[in-house]
Amino acid sequence: MKDINIEEKEREFQAKIDADIKIEPNDWMPAEYRKTLIRQISQHAHSEVVGMLPEGNWITRAPNLRRKAVLLAKVQDEAGHGLYLYSAAETLGSDREASIDDMHAGIAKYSSIFNYPTLSWADMGMIGWLVDGAAISNQVPLCRCSYGPYARAMVRVCKEESFHQRQGYEIATTLANGTPEQKAMAQESFNRWWWPALMMFGPTDAASKHSALSMKWKIKRVSNDELRQQFVNVTVPQAELIGLTIPDPDLNWNEEKQGYDFGTINWEEFNQVVQGNGPCNKERLDARRQAKENGMWVREAALAHAEKRKAKMAS
Amino acid sequence: MNKQEAILEYTLRIADDSLLLGHRISEWCGHGPILEEDIALTNIALDLIGQATNFFDYAAKVQGEGKTCDDLAFLRLEREYKNVLLVEQKNGHFGDTIARQFFFDVFRKLFFESLSKSTDQDLAAIAEKSLKETRYHLKHSSEWIIRLGDGTQESHDKIQGSVDYLWKFTDELFFMDQVDELLIKENIAVDLTALKANWKSYISEIFQEATLNIPTNGWQQAGGRKGLHSEHMGYALAELQYMQRAYPNMQW
Repeated sequence: MKDINIEEKEREFQAKIDADIKIEPNDWMPAEYRKTLIRQISQHAHSEVVGMLPEGNWITRAPNLRRKAVLLAKVQDEAGHGLYLYSAAETLGSDREASIDDMHAGIAKYSSIFNYPTLSWADMGMIGWLVDGAAISNQVPLCRCSYGPYARAMVRVCKEESFHQRQGYEIATTLANGTPEQKAMAQESFNRWWWPALMMFGPTDAASKHSALSMKWKIKRVSNDELRQQFVNVTVPQAELIGLTIPDPDLNWNEEKQGYDFGTINWEEFNQVVQGNGPCNKERLDARRQAKENGMWVREAALAHAEKRKAKMAS
Repeated sequence: MNKQEAILEYTLRIADDSLLLGHRISEWCGHGPILEEDIALTNIALDLIGQATNFFDYAAKVQGEGKTCDDLAFLRLEREYKNVLLVEQKNGHFGDTIARQFFFDVFRKLFFESLSKSTDQDLAAIAEKSLKETRYHLKHSSEWIIRLGDGTQESHDKIQGSVDYLWKFTDELFFMDQVDELLIKENIAVDLTALKANWKSYISEIFQEATLNIPTNGWQQAGGRKGLHSEHMGYALAELQYMQRAYPNMQW
């Protein structure tokens, strides 16, 4: 039998959610709400940190000083997003290092998009434009998420992401307006990133296992398929404007729904990459694990020094 | 060598130091020992690339051949890069990176303090701007030297090892030749001999707190300022120049 008290608390909690009152760290919340948020926020944090790797791959080879500086600043922002998100998860009682270990052990996930390789400079454009673009579509509704610290972190993250998207589109535009080699580089890269970007919105609404409860709790406010459709509607004209072709023979404007119809996503590929069989899953996790292992002595030294300092101050 | 040629050479030396160290530090991106340090290192790399851009812009102006900062940063031959050997050394482990950065930051802070008083207005202005961020870099590297030196036995041994290895590249920071002599007369360049005592005393002070020893072997390596680099340089340039070499004369 459920505790009467808990039922009452659950009712009050849902009433707050329904009234759009933010839930704050010290408020009572159902264990499942806490668990769902910790999972989602930590995954988001892991994605920001793993996301540094594919772009980091081009920093030393950026084509000029300005692009190098912008790319460095962008990747630094991603690390910063990782920090605020880990902090937001900590307000729910999550431990940052333990959650990182879960990711390294393959228990916790990060966005599968970062398991794709960055094979040309144009990929820096596509990641900013398409990947950050898809991330923004996902994250703008999160600014209204019911959990206060996550919603507030998202406001800042979205501002920076929208800057990232513009710089990505600017790289794509420069290439598309460049020499024939540059234009080909842009199109080839666009072909590789288009479908994985659409997969970023997750499984179809019918297949999404976490969605219903998240919608009820206003953690999630717009469905995967709706967000994906919005993204396609916004991105297709941007591609056309700079003369890039969408790699989808089934893409058509649908007058009735005032949106684009598009082809079927390769869900088998999506599932395989999620399960660890993408082109770079192993490389990404190895790189993160090595960073943690190689940094162990550094973190131990910092702790030991802090202890010594504390002891000195006390004596 | 006339004054203009001397200023060009002088400016390129400064720019190349920032460029190569910025390049090395940027290799850490995504691989730092802790997320906060990833942010710090990326930020330092960003500052150094920014400094390099400003000095290359000025060098291009002095040269007056219509070249851009990118032509100078990306399209010279290895012998034409004049950075000191210290900054092109590989990252190694975190302690190696911190020791390299520390030796450089101590020098750079003193150097920019003096260069900001140069009679060359452009050099003085860029030095002034760079000095602010260099102070943060020095604070960051000094604190890490202390933490690692006076941390655990393992970290102490590691950072002492880094210091012992890199010490042989430190004298070159004070390298001077006729370029410097000509410009010192005009109060444009910094007399580096005057900085050395302060460099050493700051290092001694931090090392004392860090329980580290200044290496006793005084045998030194040099060559970078004359364009003779280490084996690592060619690989660093291969990456740095990759796009500009593979796709010449394009806008990015």
